[in-house]
Amino acid sequence: MEKYWGFIIPAVSVIVALVIAAFVIMAVGKSPIEAYAIMVKGAFGSSAAIVNTIVKTTPLILTGLAVGFGFRAGVFNIGAEGQMIMGALTATAVGINLGWAPPYFALSLTIIAGMLAGAGWAAIAGYLKAKTGAHEVVTTIMLNWIATYLSSYMVQVPLAVGSGTPKSPEIAPSAKLPILMKVGPMEMSAGIIISVIAAIVMYVLLEKTTTGYEVKAAGFNPYAAEYGGISISKNVTMSMAISGALAGLAGVVELMGVHHRFLGTLSGGKGFDGISIALIGQNHPIGIIFAALLMGALRTGSNEMQFAGISKHIVMIIQGIVIFLVAADRIVRTMILWRKRKKVKA
Amino acid sequence: MYEEYAVVMKGIVKRFPGVLANDHVDLFVRKGEIHAIVGENGAGKSTLMNQLYGLLHPDEGEIYVFGKKVDMKGPRDAIRNGIGMVHQHFMLVGNLTVAENVVLGSETTKGGFVFDLREARKRVKELSEKYGLHVDVDAKIEDIPVGMQQRVEIIKTLYRGAEILIFDEPTAVLTPQETEELFEVMRRLKAAGKTMIFISHKLNEVMEISDNITVMRLGKVTANLITKETNPREIARAMVGRDVVLRVEKPPHEPKDVVFEIENLWVKDNRGLDAVRGVSFKVRAGEIVGIAGVAGNGQSELVEAITGLRKIEKGKVTLLNRDITGLDPRSLRNMRMTHIPEDRLKYGMVLQYPAYYNMILGKHWWEPYSIRGFLNHPAIFEDSKKLFEEFDVRPRNINMLGGNFSGGNQQKIVVAREVSSQPKFIVVAQPTRGLDVGAIEFIHKTILKLREQDVAILLVSMELEEVFSLSDRILVMYEGEIMGEVKPEETNFEEVGLMMAGKRLEEVRS
Repeated sequence: MEKYWGFIIPAVSVIVALVIAAFVIMAVGKSPIEAYAIMVKGAFGSSAAIVNTIVKTTPLILTGLAVGFGFRAGVFNIGAEGQMIMGALTATAVGINLGWAPPYFALSLTIIAGMLAGAGWAAIAGYLKAKTGAHEVVTTIMLNWIATYLSSYMVQVPLAVGSGTPKSPEIAPSAKLPILMKVGPMEMSAGIIISVIAAIVMYVLLEKTTTGYEVKAAGFNPYAAEYGGISISKNVTMSMAISGALAGLAGVVELMGVHHRFLGTLSGGKGFDGISIALIGQNHPIGIIFAALLMGALRTGSNEMQFAGISKHIVMIIQGIVIFLVAADRIVRTMILWRKRKKVKA
Repeated sequence: MYEEYAVVMKGIVKRFPGVLANDHVDLFVRKGEIHAIVGENGAGKSTLMNQLYGLLHPDEGEIYVFGKKVDMKGPRDAIRNGIGMVHQHFMLVGNLTVAENVVLGSETTKGGFVFDLREARKRVKELSEKYGLHVDVDAKIEDIPVGMQQRVEIIKTLYRGAEILIFDEPTAVLTPQETEELFEVMRRLKAAGKTMIFISHKLNEVMEISDNITVMRLGKVTANLITKETNPREIARAMVGRDVVLRVEKPPHEPKDVVFEIENLWVKDNRGLDAVRGVSFKVRAGEIVGIAGVAGNGQSELVEAITGLRKIEKGKVTLLNRDITGLDPRSLRNMRMTHIPEDRLKYGMVLQYPAYYNMILGKHWWEPYSIRGFLNHPAIFEDSKKLFEEFDVRPRNINMLGGNFSGGNQQKIVVAREVSSQPKFIVVAQPTRGLDVGAIEFIHKTILKLREQDVAILLVSMELEEVFSLSDRILVMYEGEIMGEVKPEETNFEEVGLMMAGKRLEEVRS
């Protein structure tokens, strides 16, 4: 049983959250069954809906992986948002200048530039922690603000184009991610493939490599890790860099696959969503994919629900309850065990 | 039924997944006696006591307290039945005073609502005077020594009306003097008619304080003994299931070349004060150098500095003719220096890792465990299984998480790992702390085997007995300095004891 808790707890949490939210929907005088039916239809009911859900899910997988990797390594990377911005911003700066380059070159260069930027941005916090003990929660939040205002300056002055909303020029066509599927105005880029590959790479890194062994050991017990010849300062910096690279990649796929230019709203809190997703996905790469899908589907479906006259904020309630239950996993454990015990007695 | 007994536990069975922790255990404790329960780590003593204290519910069996059958759903029921537990890890709030801690949870009040500190102080004082439990009622817990904290725990149980007190390895955290004080208190409680259950695996203490002894092994009761009519050897045999050598035989062995040397080593502690002040010594191949001393005289800092875990302020460290001053643990391990740490939970293991990962900590980057950056799981499993057999780690389950093994078996995992790394020099700190006689014997034999294989060994221990029986040379440490060097066969406990108290060898012998 113990082995499956990681899966059971989030699953039960989602069900419980849906039930509680159903009462809230009833309380505002609507039918929960109808509301949920609309939501499911909105998220998966047509190929356009599915494409929309996947597009929303893609960056969430990557920010979830970023935060989840940090947790496994014992660092709380609350700065995925800023790293995502830096990734997208750098990829923009590179991508708009690659009109001359063939796609394979332009694509890989832009992706690598964005990932390096995210990694470097996060590594600052890692290095500060290793050298001075400055807590990464504080430093990454500070770096978030720096990234926000830096990007806002960049699209208003050096990279500005057009009028109205501050934005950068479009990146070169060769630096846009290939489109896998197009339904009406909705385009699904290869970003989803990149996200899933990133999850697999993270799984292999954590479970199969010596680096993963060291990262997890340092996360569980830094004293034992140091005793066992694992340099904590090196590990903190490296773990933050890997986490930041994943967050940077989230910015990259959002830029290269969806917007094709830098906009102030590009990150839009997805870096912070990564924290909830990592939590729901229990910091496991596969779990994170499903958690991101859940979040993406809720977001897409809620838009549809809005048209049916039910506030889309119901989704925030569901999301909040799920996170609460996953974080306070003892509640769910007790619920399940209590039911089991009752069955045994009966 | 059972009117003459304070506690009767009959046919107690408690199962945990994959383990039969208590297998039809019977326990009879007479009114007003001190009853010792002894057994190896993992024998089921704590499980049994947790059932008596209501923390666990027996799967089968009955419990009678003062002749009355009871069914306890939690510690509250146990307290209501007059049972109190003095925990090994104190359940006290550091920044509250003694009096506040004692009444916490059932506070004295004025008008049923306002906390009445004066009444609390008065009652705590009464209890402390009645039983000779000297405490300072207004001192904060964090400011008083461990021995006094334990007395606060005892007063806490008495305040709640305990007639039966369970002491869970109470002496593990005490100095010899504090232990003597505790025994004095226990005798006084006995004179006042209280019944006590004393869990321990220190046989000399059991012999000193108890009236009757119940010995457990592998979840079963193997002997019920009357203290006056038994001896340590008989108890040890019942605990381990075979004859135990209480002091290992050390064959003569000629040491070879110098392997390890430190010269004028200075190290600071966490507060930035000098903890090691100009220590120098050599360790030769096939030689055990023991460091004796009262805890907190710089031994921990010395060990950490040698093994690369703490900064060296001044001095020089040499291993196999190479200057290794300031090298990190990884490089030291690559040079075949290994380390059995004094705190196995903090340093020795990653409790959340399965045993097979704990078996490679500190050599996980070596072949065959790591090949081109990837872990070689088949090799890791195979070696772990081999070491589990060789070192008799129980249960034989390499997939179990490190934190789920008993203390003795955790130590065996640590020892197995460090010994099997083919060390040239090994630092062994407090290798048998908290272990039972069987495990101690095993670990002592292992250390002596390393000596025969010409490994250089530095042994740091607070157990004088251990230092004497294993070492070829003994260095005594006091306030960060070496008070003198003696050979165990040319000295005695008294001489070393004086050096431990700060006298130099020249002063002792003059």
